[in-house]
Amino acid sequence: MKRVVVTGLGCVTPIGNSVESFRDSVYAGRTGIAPFDLSSLPGALSPDPSIRFKTSGKVKDFRPTENPEHRLSSSFILTSEVGAQFGIIAARQAVAHSGLLQHHDPTSIAIITGCSCGGRGADEDANRNLYLRNARVPPTAIIRTMASSGTSNIAIENGITGPTLNISTACASGTHAIGLAFQMVRAGIAPAAIAGGYEGALTYGFLRAWDSMRVVSPTSCRPFSADRDGMTLGEGAAMLILESLETAQARGAHIYAEIVGFGMSADAHHVTKPRAEGAALAMRRALEDAAQSGIDSPAGRIGYINAHGTGTPTNDAVEAAAIHQALGELAPHIPVGATKSLTGHSIGAAGAIEALATVLALDAASLPHTAGVTEVDPTLNLNILINEPLPLTPGKDLALSNSLAFGGLNAVLAFRRYLS
Amino acid sequence: MGESMDDVESRIKELVAKSKNLPVTDVRMDSTFDELQIDSLDKINLSFEVEEMFAIEIPDDSLNSLKTVGDVVRGVEMLRAATPADSAAS
Repeated sequence: MKRVVVTGLGCVTPIGNSVESFRDSVYAGRTGIAPFDLSSLPGALSPDPSIRFKTSGKVKDFRPTENPEHRLSSSFILTSEVGAQFGIIAARQAVAHSGLLQHHDPTSIAIITGCSCGGRGADEDANRNLYLRNARVPPTAIIRTMASSGTSNIAIENGITGPTLNISTACASGTHAIGLAFQMVRAGIAPAAIAGGYEGALTYGFLRAWDSMRVVSPTSCRPFSADRDGMTLGEGAAMLILESLETAQARGAHIYAEIVGFGMSADAHHVTKPRAEGAALAMRRALEDAAQSGIDSPAGRIGYINAHGTGTPTNDAVEAAAIHQALGELAPHIPVGATKSLTGHSIGAAGAIEALATVLALDAASLPHTAGVTEVDPTLNLNILINEPLPLTPGKDLALSNSLAFGGLNAVLAFRRYLS
Repeated sequence: MGESMDDVESRIKELVAKSKNLPVTDVRMDSTFDELQIDSLDKINLSFEVEEMFAIEIPDDSLNSLKTVGDVVRGVEMLRAATPADSAAS
């Protein structure tokens, strides 16, 4: 089995449309969550019926027809909605950043993405006009609504013809995608991969549906805070370039981190009520996988957990219980943080954005804090990172990135700090 | 119908230019779809938009014969001439 490392990064997020700006925001604790105007969204009813929440994590300054860095051809504009476009640009950054196409055969590179909601904007526009006024449905409605439209366009833009697919497992999609890509590169199925997630679903219908779920914060996402009152919705994309350690070393690529394990599980319990046993099983499997990679006592080497941390009372309590189940007496001492306090929850992209934050944390040996926490919930008995970044403890060179999806589908990645 | 051939031409040129993110001056009556890099999907989408804009229906068997912007303009004029005035879009 090959060792798998991360050699390229790209992102479009509510806290930055480049890796550099994302990193700056993460360490400054600068949130991308801001009030939105529901009535300005396409199809919004007037007067505004009012919903329980007023904030979201929107991507800013993304202008694919104007900004040269985000420029997309008319073909991409025609065939993709905004979420897919985030993914195309994030992949473009990661590919350029890593020098992927200069060093790997494009006929063999894999592209594995996560996107759960697809092109909701196109779907809602078409259906609204169809059902309200019997309008014809545009021919592009089919391709714009495909969850895999970004995946296909990433292949087209880069001329990559290797194994290419999109995974839809709700909030764990991006993590499942990176995990599958990791397994493929480790097994030699592909020499390298573009892996990550994208989502852009902050449409009127989507926000109204989440309002009905009664899980969105009327204030702002505060994971693990005693007064947390829900999640905040977001959007964006992040992509990682994975390749074998041998090829990365041979070409002198910068290695941001190593992926050493991946664990998956299903709660098999309830679609919206998570069960700690399922998440704990995925964490244990990621650590068992790390042990298979030759890492001794991986649990004792965990220096950071990037939690799923949605900020809902239930998720954070169940995730805390899962961390205790999986890690036992180590659990209260491991630094735990949640990126969603800055970005919001971008569903299919969330796991990829959080994997990016985890990789950057290991690369810098500095653990980002969780913004917005007023007082850590003492009932969780976890070491939540608050107030300021914390140095990674020497010898504690592993990090977990958890994704626990609606539907009870869990995915956990184990990363290791890479020292040349 | 209250719309001259020149109006139809300018509206179709603007539609083509917008769809391909081109300056409208780059779109001529004799521009071929190949020159403008209008592929089969672009053509289907443009046809849809032209149909919506002029409240006409382009027959499937006519679609394949459209090779230039001028073909579209002339085709729209023909279809509009055969369409009752009160059903045409303004």
